[in-house]
Amino acid sequence: METPILEITDLRPVFRSGGKEVAAVRGLDLTVGPGETVALVGESGCGKSVTSLSVMGLLPRGIGRIDRGRILLKRRSGEVVDLTAIEPEALRRIRGNEIGMIFQEPMTSLNPVYSVGEQIAEPMRIHLGYSRREAAAHAVRLLEDVGIPDPDRRARQYPHELSGGMRQRVTIAMALACNPQLLIADEPTTALDVTIQAQILDLLAAIQKERGMGILFVTHDLGVVAEIADRVAVMYAGRIVETGPVTEIFAHPRHPYTAGLLRSVPQLGRGGELREAGTPLPTIPGSVPALSDLPKGCSFANRCDFVTDACREAVPPLIDVAPGRRSRCIRWEEL
Amino acid sequence: MTDTQPYLSVEHLSKQFSSGAFSRAPDVKVLRDISFQMMHGQVVGLVGESGSGKTTIGRSILRLIEPTAGRVTMGGVDVTALSARELRKQRRKMQYIFQDPYSSLSPRMSIGQILTEGLEIQRIGTAAERRARARDALAAVDLPVDAYDRYAHEFSGGQRQRIGIARALVFDPDFIVADEPVSALDVSIQAQVINLIRDLQQRLNLTMLFISHDLAVVEYICDVVIVLYLGRIMEMAPAAELYASPAHPYTRALLSAAPSTNLERKVERQKLTGDIPSPSNPPSGCVFRTRCPFAIDACAAEVPALREIAPGHTRACIREDIL
Repeated sequence: METPILEITDLRPVFRSGGKEVAAVRGLDLTVGPGETVALVGESGCGKSVTSLSVMGLLPRGIGRIDRGRILLKRRSGEVVDLTAIEPEALRRIRGNEIGMIFQEPMTSLNPVYSVGEQIAEPMRIHLGYSRREAAAHAVRLLEDVGIPDPDRRARQYPHELSGGMRQRVTIAMALACNPQLLIADEPTTALDVTIQAQILDLLAAIQKERGMGILFVTHDLGVVAEIADRVAVMYAGRIVETGPVTEIFAHPRHPYTAGLLRSVPQLGRGGELREAGTPLPTIPGSVPALSDLPKGCSFANRCDFVTDACREAVPPLIDVAPGRRSRCIRWEEL
Repeated sequence: MTDTQPYLSVEHLSKQFSSGAFSRAPDVKVLRDISFQMMHGQVVGLVGESGSGKTTIGRSILRLIEPTAGRVTMGGVDVTALSARELRKQRRKMQYIFQDPYSSLSPRMSIGQILTEGLEIQRIGTAAERRARARDALAAVDLPVDAYDRYAHEFSGGQRQRIGIARALVFDPDFIVADEPVSALDVSIQAQVINLIRDLQQRLNLTMLFISHDLAVVEYICDVVIVLYLGRIMEMAPAAELYASPAHPYTRALLSAAPSTNLERKVERQKLTGDIPSPSNPPSGCVFRTRCPFAIDACAAEVPALREIAPGHTRACIREDIL
């Protein structure tokens, strides 16, 4: 395998909460290769966004910090740096340049008082040393690349003049401005309507094919994972519980949580049968435990149909279950 | 009232929001000429994207906002003609479940207060009776009795939504508008709450308008589905038929755009280009024509009428040759 663009080892970001420090993620390993899309999926509080914020060095200052772990980025020059160990100034030169970012709410990630053209141009002037004129011309080309019609005119408009889908295209153009080798997309389509979401997912896939960057895609939506990702890491209560190629995991999950999640998503075209038969939708009983009060062994034990005494003894390790596939379940073979 | 009479009848409902007396912007017509009927105990789904008018329909029926034109009759009562006093009385029969279980519950009131406040305003029962009703409602949504004295922040999102449902149930209503009741919830919790809503609807024989952007959830819970786009009905059909043979290009696009976890069921996407137009400046003729792959010149000329293409199945599209 090629050297990964991103290699996270044993990541443990912690948050200050009521005088104590609580680990939001408890030792996470993850790699993203060039041209590869890796999805981090899970429910609220599982640690997926904290992981992406850690990579970007954007944990809220004074509240969150990286307690342990390494985040290795392969730079454009080929040099590998540990993002957790470099100076803030060095990180600033990488962020927005070699790492592009897209967030959920395009309205809040755009500045209302600058035209979209100026905002797309800014990183090129800062990181690449483009002149104002060069950057402006390039911004128009980027708007065209992300499928915005009439890019010359649009570049002079302000965020409030654009629709939600257009705004998200603008933030993608901004993220691509310096031609990053890693793109971090944190719930980039969650605020969009489904027909617009389909357009944005297609756009991201097309751009990746053309530019060959790696994408770390954070989402709660398993349907979106199926659309966009090559590999997936399913997170639960701060840990990866299962990881591997999307097609294999969706076909044969090897962790009860993954299996439960997949069953819980209502399937288009199947609701009619279930309704006629009066069958309830499959659910996962109970709710996610608080991070400050996790059970001793497997965090999923209290909601799991397969639980045994051994599950409550110690946190199960991520076990290799097939080439490129790992599961944090001691009973994976029986699933 | 016999079973052949509709319980709820919405006729030519329209809603226009003024841009303000000092604004030169045109008024925004968010609903235009919406008509449909619901039988007693039926669940009708309203689906569509942002700006389609689904929430406005739900709120107009309960007169949480005042419709600009049209008539709503519920169980023989003309809701649109009620005085403020009569309306308050009618509200006992019609209740609303809100999307966001965080902003829809007051952080300063105990759950007991939240559940009994409406009953108090309506002067229903004695204090003891109101408490009993609130406790029954908590039991109906599978929350422990001790929830009564606790506060909203002590509950998870799924539990809060159960409280929101209990608040609608204390009135023993006939009709409920459930407005995206599970959209803010995590997947594993979503299915629990959908099952609860479906169970209550059947047990209490509620007539329910279910608003959602999630087509798979609607398919599971609704008898009839209405597809909206920019304030107009595009298609209306019994659920099974709508999903098996969607007849409007927009319905087809919407169904094919929904991401699926079933990798074997990957359908060829019918892609829509462009954005949803602004409701303040909708296209002439068919509002969907600017994104429709089948649009022809004639689509711009007139607003297509809803025509019946099978019993109970109507669509608003002039291209009879395509589907």
